[in-house]
Amino acid sequence: MSIPLSWYLALSAALFSIGVFGVLSRRNAVGVLMGVELMLNAVNINLVAFWHYGAFGPSTGLAFALIVIAIAAAEAAVGLALIISVYRRRKTVVVDDVNLMKF
Amino acid sequence: MSPELVSLTWLIPVPPLVSFFLIILLTNRSKALSHTIAIASIATSFVLSWIVAFAAFGTPHFGAEDAIGALSVPWFDVGSGAFMMGVLVDPLTAIMLFFASTAMLAIFVYSVGYGNYGKKLDPHDKPGWPAHNGVDPLYSRFFAYLSLFAFGMLVLILADNLLLMFMGWEVMGLCSYLLIGFWYARKYDDPNKITPRQAGVKAFMTTRVADVIMLLGIVYLYFATGTLSFREIMFAQEGEMLRHLASTPSIVAGLSQASLVGILVLIGTIGKSAQFPLHTWLPDAMEGPTPVSAMIHAAAMVSAGVYSVIRMYPVLAADGLVAHAAEAAGHAAEAAAHHGPVITTPMGVLAFIGAFTALFAATIAVAQNDVKKVLAYSTISQLGFMLAALGIGGYVAAAFHLMTHAFFKALLFLGSGSIIHGMEHGAHHAHDHASDPQDMRYMGGLRHKMPITFVTFFIGGMALAGLPIVTAGFWSKDEILLDAWLHAPAVFYTLALAALLTAFYTTRQLWMVFFGAPRSPSAEHAHESHWTMTAPLVVLSVFAVGAGWLNIPADFPLFGQLVASLGLEPGWLHHFLGGTLVEHPETPAFTLVPLITSLVVALGGITLGWWVYRNAWKTSSDVDPVERTIGGVIYGLLKNKYWVDELYDVLFVKPAFWLGRVFFTGIDKGVIDGFLHGVAWVSVGVGNVFRDYFDKPVVNGASDGSGVAVKWAGRELRPIQTGRVQQYLIMVMAAAFVIGFFMWAAR
Repeated sequence: MSIPLSWYLALSAALFSIGVFGVLSRRNAVGVLMGVELMLNAVNINLVAFWHYGAFGPSTGLAFALIVIAIAAAEAAVGLALIISVYRRRKTVVVDDVNLMKF
Repeated sequence: MSPELVSLTWLIPVPPLVSFFLIILLTNRSKALSHTIAIASIATSFVLSWIVAFAAFGTPHFGAEDAIGALSVPWFDVGSGAFMMGVLVDPLTAIMLFFASTAMLAIFVYSVGYGNYGKKLDPHDKPGWPAHNGVDPLYSRFFAYLSLFAFGMLVLILADNLLLMFMGWEVMGLCSYLLIGFWYARKYDDPNKITPRQAGVKAFMTTRVADVIMLLGIVYLYFATGTLSFREIMFAQEGEMLRHLASTPSIVAGLSQASLVGILVLIGTIGKSAQFPLHTWLPDAMEGPTPVSAMIHAAAMVSAGVYSVIRMYPVLAADGLVAHAAEAAGHAAEAAAHHGPVITTPMGVLAFIGAFTALFAATIAVAQNDVKKVLAYSTISQLGFMLAALGIGGYVAAAFHLMTHAFFKALLFLGSGSIIHGMEHGAHHAHDHASDPQDMRYMGGLRHKMPITFVTFFIGGMALAGLPIVTAGFWSKDEILLDAWLHAPAVFYTLALAALLTAFYTTRQLWMVFFGAPRSPSAEHAHESHWTMTAPLVVLSVFAVGAGWLNIPADFPLFGQLVASLGLEPGWLHHFLGGTLVEHPETPAFTLVPLITSLVVALGGITLGWWVYRNAWKTSSDVDPVERTIGGVIYGLLKNKYWVDELYDVLFVKPAFWLGRVFFTGIDKGVIDGFLHGVAWVSVGVGNVFRDYFDKPVVNGASDGSGVAVKWAGRELRPIQTGRVQQYLIMVMAAAFVIGFFMWAAR
């Protein structure tokens, strides 16, 4: 009763693509952050799937996945804080409007 | 002598050297400490010297080959063996140690008073000038130099080889330069009067010329024999080395190796002992402080010159050894009857120069008015006596006169320093700045002002004049005349005439300084010197009389027996010194003619001097009676020292300067500087070419170009930086696709 690896990979690829699309197309900064979360989770699925099929050592895949989750949590916290801060100053959360970092 | 004593002899020169470094490095500030160290050091050397000397005097047959003290250690390696350095105590060394250390100790003590120790430093006195009435500003330095000088002298005396002796010789040369120029800043109003600085340079340069030639002799001796040790060359193997040297022809045709070495070493002595034609430095050396004059011109340096000839005498006379041997082989009976020494080539040169200088300098001394210049010329003259004596084989007579002369001439110089000191005191007291304190014309009547100086100076003067029987100078001079009479009548007549002049000018000096009435305010207010100055005078005057008793001939009428009855050995010095030579010199038989001659010249000269000067010199501007008698032209010739200085100036000094200028303007500025300037011009040209065609376009271009390129690229690529996050991410994705494509393609 096993699901082939390719299915997992397909799922993760789909999830990653949805994330990329979200990051590139959303105008709202919160939406962009959500897309990033999707991409990270797609990677997690990959890691766990490869681990399950024995590509790594006994617990390497799990450890990687845990680190990614921790990083994602931190990233979400910092990102949301930034967005709130930008919003307080400029009254906008539209990514295209925040374009100060240029020449 | 016990071996323990010999093994300690090397310590004799050490204390003065230690004293020199202590004073220079540590105690220069403290004048009291400096002179205490210096005098303690020379006193130590003096005591050691006397211990060694008297141990030697007391050893029976001292001087025979196995009965001398010698000690040597390897110094440095040369070729197959080591060069040995060490001390040699033979009779000559013992005699030298005896009188040189005594005279040097006296001079050191005297210098305390002479440097005005105890008076306050006069704020007007500048270093390098004679002090006016305070302690000398460079008092400590003076004692340091004296110590180094004493070290040089003791090394020279004790050295057992020529090289070490030469080193002592050179140390003294350096010190004489330093000490003659001690008042280095002093200048005179008269630009023609030589300054101490110039006098020091002159002394150094003149002796240097002679020293180089002497060094050549030493090198040649080493080349010929492979050793410089006195023992090996002169005393070992019954003179085998000497016979070898004398029978081998040298590089100069007609001279044996012994003769050539002898002549070269002799020239060193001519410079050091100021013999004609290298005598001109010594009278000018009187510019130095008076203890220095006593040190250099009596006790040490000039004696060193004669000492070196006495030391080298066996080499000088080596040709005679061969001649004797040849005679002995031919006619044994006649050879036995033949006693006189063979006068070899170097000895002939020596006899000629010595006798000539003795007379030449004596004539100059007659016409000098400076109290120290008279003594300087008398020194040259007396050294001429010694060298002439050596030249005719009077080995013992020369050593004897060297010793007595050291005592009475040190006494006379120190006495003259005391006179000058008294005169300066008078000048200070009476504010008399018109009269030169060294000029005898301004003196007169000083016997009442300076009684101790008068009595001692009188004794020294009489010893120099050769006052019969009483003084040491008579016995030694008589001995020289006796030798001369027996072996070389021409030398005898010359020396007799010189002795007559000696007695004459000594009487003149005594008369001008001490008798008559004072001729200047300075002389009226002159004052006896400090006891540190007069005490050495008294001690030396004892020796100036007593030293003569060492060598009264046994067959001298009356006195030979008298000496023997006193428990002294008549002709002692002869037995003591003679033992060192391979052929023991005979004691010259007593002869009446030289005795009468020396009585006549001494007493006649003194009487003549008294008779000529008894009414002369009423005032300081009087004409010298001798000038009236012999005429101004000849007197001027004598007064100006035969114009030898001026002749040398024209012959050597001026051409040297001229040559220097020619080399400076022609060779140095023209050729060498021209070449250097040319090289510089070419270098600048090459540099400019490289700068314009390589450095600026290529090196600068490359580095400037890279900067320009980076700047341009930055400006052109700047629009990519939009500030929009999503556009950046698109670029990241695009790049990821491209990389992914290539990775896939390269799979």
